[in-house]
Amino acid sequence: MIIKQISVFIENRSGRLAEVTSIIAEAGCSIRALSIADTTNFGILRLIVEETEKAEDALRKHGLAVSSTNVVSVRIEDKPGGLAKVLRLLSDNEFTVEYMYAFISKSDNEAQVVMHIDNALKADELLTKSGY
Amino acid sequence: MYNPEIEAASREELRKIQYKALIKSLHRVYDNVPLYKQRFDEWGVKPDDIKSVDDLSKLPFTYKQDLRDCYPYALFAVPMEEVVRIHASSGTTGKQTVVGYTKNDLDMWSVCVARALSAAGATKRDFVHVSYGYGLFTGGLGIHDGAQLLGAITIPASVGNTDRQLQIFQDFGSSILCCTPSYALYLGETIAEKKIPLENLKLKAGIFGAEPWTENMRREIETRLGIKAYDIYGLSEIVGPGVSYECECQAGMHINEDNFIPEIIDPETGKVLPYGERGELVFTCVTKEALPLIRYRTRDISRLIPDKCACGRTFLRMEKPCGRSDDMLIIRGVNVFPSQIESVLLTIKEVLPHYMLIVDRANNLDTLEVKVEINEEILTSSDAVRHIEDISLKIKHKIDSTLGISAKITLVEPNSIPRSQGKAQRVIDNRKLN
Repeated sequence: MIIKQISVFIENRSGRLAEVTSIIAEAGCSIRALSIADTTNFGILRLIVEETEKAEDALRKHGLAVSSTNVVSVRIEDKPGGLAKVLRLLSDNEFTVEYMYAFISKSDNEAQVVMHIDNALKADELLTKSGY
Repeated sequence: MYNPEIEAASREELRKIQYKALIKSLHRVYDNVPLYKQRFDEWGVKPDDIKSVDDLSKLPFTYKQDLRDCYPYALFAVPMEEVVRIHASSGTTGKQTVVGYTKNDLDMWSVCVARALSAAGATKRDFVHVSYGYGLFTGGLGIHDGAQLLGAITIPASVGNTDRQLQIFQDFGSSILCCTPSYALYLGETIAEKKIPLENLKLKAGIFGAEPWTENMRREIETRLGIKAYDIYGLSEIVGPGVSYECECQAGMHINEDNFIPEIIDPETGKVLPYGERGELVFTCVTKEALPLIRYRTRDISRLIPDKCACGRTFLRMEKPCGRSDDMLIIRGVNVFPSQIESVLLTIKEVLPHYMLIVDRANNLDTLEVKVEINEEILTSSDAVRHIEDISLKIKHKIDSTLGISAKITLVEPNSIPRSQGKAQRVIDNRKLN
């Protein structure tokens, strides 16, 4: 499934992550998944939230640099080899996963991951066809 | 004293020498440099209207911008075939300031430097170790030529490779060190770290310039290297190092007044201030042939000391410059204008031209950090860290090549750099110079 991800540029200083997540909380948006890619100076906070636009607006109003991207959300079996199988399928079809992170899953026998893939729409088509 | 008949001439004698040279210089620029002819005409002044050195104040100023506007050679007062050397210094927007020298100019410059070396105790038996950069920068070749004129054994060590510099000290017997004061301190620290006994060194004096330094730094250099440390002043537009130099009294720098006439002016009004008052230093070149600048605004804030010096020299002394009347910074001996950084940032669409320069000194070497605000563009094409780091690297390359020194780039969030009403505060200089 294609979903929207929000990316936020944040400086690497203590307390900044708390401030940024508070902005989202104040907007009344619930965070479903997140990851941080960090360097010594800055980080990119990537978020899946409910009501993407509302969260994006709130962040922008606070002067943050924000962008939204299409990412692919995939449900996989929560057992050994579950993730490897889907990654193999993507790589066999020459899709490149730039980065990925896990989702909070409400089901016991399922895990959910978010993948940033170059051609998200095509990749999503392939995954749907293959039963994901 | 290298030239006692000039360096200790009576003030009247010196005034005569200056006036004779000044008139010649004014005719030279009026007849050969279109900008000066135009500007003198606009001011309604002819070279022969200048009846004494005091009449200098009737003449218009020359600004650094004039050198940029006349880039590269339009201010030269001689045909190019008479020019034998070009030097250059960095300037705003990446355009360099180009200066030229005739054979006579180089000889005059060498005399100025030889006087400075002599004043620091150098003789033809000394090993003069030159650790200024050799190249377009005037430091290296300027000191080099003066040392050779003096007849000293000249060691063109140039900059960098500290281990090798220390090896040369010990093996070649360097006795007079010429470099930036911050590099002298760094050398001193390295000597202590490597536990090289000072007895292994033959150093007795050092001549340091090209960047601001303090009395505390002088004491530290003197202790760490076991030498006497002398100050030297210069700027490429006037000649390079050797415009003025310290004597054994270490109480201000004697200006080579037979070549350069100093004035102190109020930088706001342009009015000449009396001796002893602090203001902007202005020089008129009276003996230079290729680029004889008239009333050149150095932007350095200083003071002229008219009292007779105990060393016997009668040349006026100038105080070590204590600041600038513009926003120029001197970082690792290189002139840096904040506007240069702004001009680079304006070419990069992923960042805003909001920046802060943080200058510091770590291990006695100046460091420059540039904080730059990003804008949303940076995330548009990709939110990959690698993509953002590539942009940061691109900024670094452009800034490094524009300034000629390496800067650390830190990307910061939009609106995180304080905005100010009026004049923007773009520089935080954490170097403790006073």
